[in-house]
Amino acid sequence: MKLFLLTFMNGLTLAALYFLVASGFTLVFGLMRNVNLAHGSLYLLGAYIGFSTAQWTGSWYLGVAAGFLAMALMGLALQILIFRHMEGQDLRQTMVTIGISIVLADIMLWIWSGNTYQFTAPDILSGVAHVPLVKVYPAYRLVVLAVAIVIGVGLWLFLNKTAVGMMIRAGVDDRAMLSATGVNVHLLFAVTFAIGAGLAGFAGVVGGTALSIAPGEDVRYLLASLIVTIVGGMGSITGAAIGALLIGLAEQFGLAYSPTYGVVYTFLIMVAVLAFRPQGIMGKRA
Amino acid sequence: MSSVTEAKPAAPASLPAELADKLRPHHFLVAAFLLAYPLIASDFWIVQIGAQTFFLGLIGLSLMLLAGYGGMVSLAQLAIAGLAGYMYAILGENSASLGLGWPWWVVIPLALAIAVAFATIVGTLSVRTEGIYTIMITLAMSVALFYFCQQNYSIFNGFKGYAGLAPPHVFGVDWRGPMPFYYLALGVGAGGYFGVLWLSRSTFGIALQATRDNPRRMAALGYNVRAHRIATYAVAGLLAGLGGLFLVWFNGRISPGTINVGNAINILVIAILGGLRRPIGPFIGALIFVLLDNFAIDLIDRDRFNLVIGGAFLAVVLFSPDGVLGLWDGLKRRMAKTAAERGKDMRIR
Repeated sequence: MKLFLLTFMNGLTLAALYFLVASGFTLVFGLMRNVNLAHGSLYLLGAYIGFSTAQWTGSWYLGVAAGFLAMALMGLALQILIFRHMEGQDLRQTMVTIGISIVLADIMLWIWSGNTYQFTAPDILSGVAHVPLVKVYPAYRLVVLAVAIVIGVGLWLFLNKTAVGMMIRAGVDDRAMLSATGVNVHLLFAVTFAIGAGLAGFAGVVGGTALSIAPGEDVRYLLASLIVTIVGGMGSITGAAIGALLIGLAEQFGLAYSPTYGVVYTFLIMVAVLAFRPQGIMGKRA
Repeated sequence: MSSVTEAKPAAPASLPAELADKLRPHHFLVAAFLLAYPLIASDFWIVQIGAQTFFLGLIGLSLMLLAGYGGMVSLAQLAIAGLAGYMYAILGENSASLGLGWPWWVVIPLALAIAVAFATIVGTLSVRTEGIYTIMITLAMSVALFYFCQQNYSIFNGFKGYAGLAPPHVFGVDWRGPMPFYYLALGVGAGGYFGVLWLSRSTFGIALQATRDNPRRMAALGYNVRAHRIATYAVAGLLAGLGGLFLVWFNGRISPGTINVGNAINILVIAILGGLRRPIGPFIGALIFVLLDNFAIDLIDRDRFNLVIGGAFLAVVLFSPDGVLGLWDGLKRRMAKTAAERGKDMRIR
């Protein structure tokens, strides 16, 4: 019973992390049809920048802010300098993001070398928490869970209750019609890309603190975002949450009860979803 | 493949006839050069550059067939190639003495058949999706195979994989020797090239290109679009599987690292660099890739290969979506135009 609960908790916190990464991915995809295969690189770059900032200033909070801001700026630059010039060419945009991820991965290896970094959260956030039944559990992981819930609710409120969010949702449904009503779609795209990329960077610092930062993590989180969005449905924040929960729990339970094939379970979930609901659990038919 | 058309469309000219019509002196020059190449080059240039270009080009060609003619960009081609390589190691002999030790004439066809079967599964799952979704799903499947190979010790020998792999000694020839290996790779590469060329002009190939351009209309005409696409995955799986066999013969080993995401994307880089329009593209891309791979050290710091190749890839997708072939075609057009403007060449093409 304790193993079950512990695995459940681990699954939840992993799902929280996956949600943080995948929500930005799915947001960008939903609006711009841009499969940003550099999303994992943004995660890792955000983590590295956050780490270096935290080292330099001694403040973890500044690290988190730096990770978010640096990646938001990067996303803004990518959208304005590159993707804006190839609107509507989905495949080409995707290819460009692949190229960017190759180049970024190598530059990161160059600057931060192949070492594994780990950084510690402030004392208030770390230590152990006393959770009923499980007894002790790393407090920081509960913080990650709480942060993911706050971000998730925040994103939902942003998308459903604000004017910009309304425009984004309208853009997801019908881009051409939205621009015909006089909305500055370019600005909207830039804002969305900045938020999506910023979320990746933010997740990088938060996740890098919970686990570790090393080369190769970019691919891992890219894959996680891909599967979460495929399962949950493209462009849906609720879908990302459901997908992240399914994948995070499947991965942890797989790891705990049949260590060898933990990864294969997530794959099986994906295949099942594709077979019965190709557009994803919360996805709309294109 | 179902076809309801009663009046058959004009059959495309047969490939040999069409090829004979299109032959130019430089084609003979290229063929003669490729055949005579081992006589003038060192072993490094024969195997490392020559043979590697052919089999990487072959794997790239399988992607070109899918993406260029079928409009399906699959990132699972290296995984399929790797599976063929793994099967060769497992069914044949390897230094971990875990192989079944079957003879080559069983192992090679079986490895290819398993690769084709896997490709068909990949195809069946991914034809439900389109465009960028296909990329994501094939990437996810390719990574799933990578993790499976890495975690499974009973069949795939986990992280270490298999070593001590070599092509079989057939007809008393050591096919791993530089010259035999070169000619074998050249032969299979050329076979794949002309095979795809022939396929693209066959009824099947024309129908495939039509499903790429307008799947709904083809479905309305009574073609089974999904079946066409899955069949294309199977054919591409054969090409990739052949390339995979050369890959393990060349490296002498296979491990999960062979089929990791980076390498899977390299295949895409190769195909895009060369151009997806024509079957020669992936081979040109492979040549550029192999040359950069070996000589990037001289261009820039020795570990920065990925920066060079990623930069080249980025430049191509940003500025010439049709790859080097696109640049070449553009150049030819411009030359023809300027020549025509000068009034020197008034032929109508």
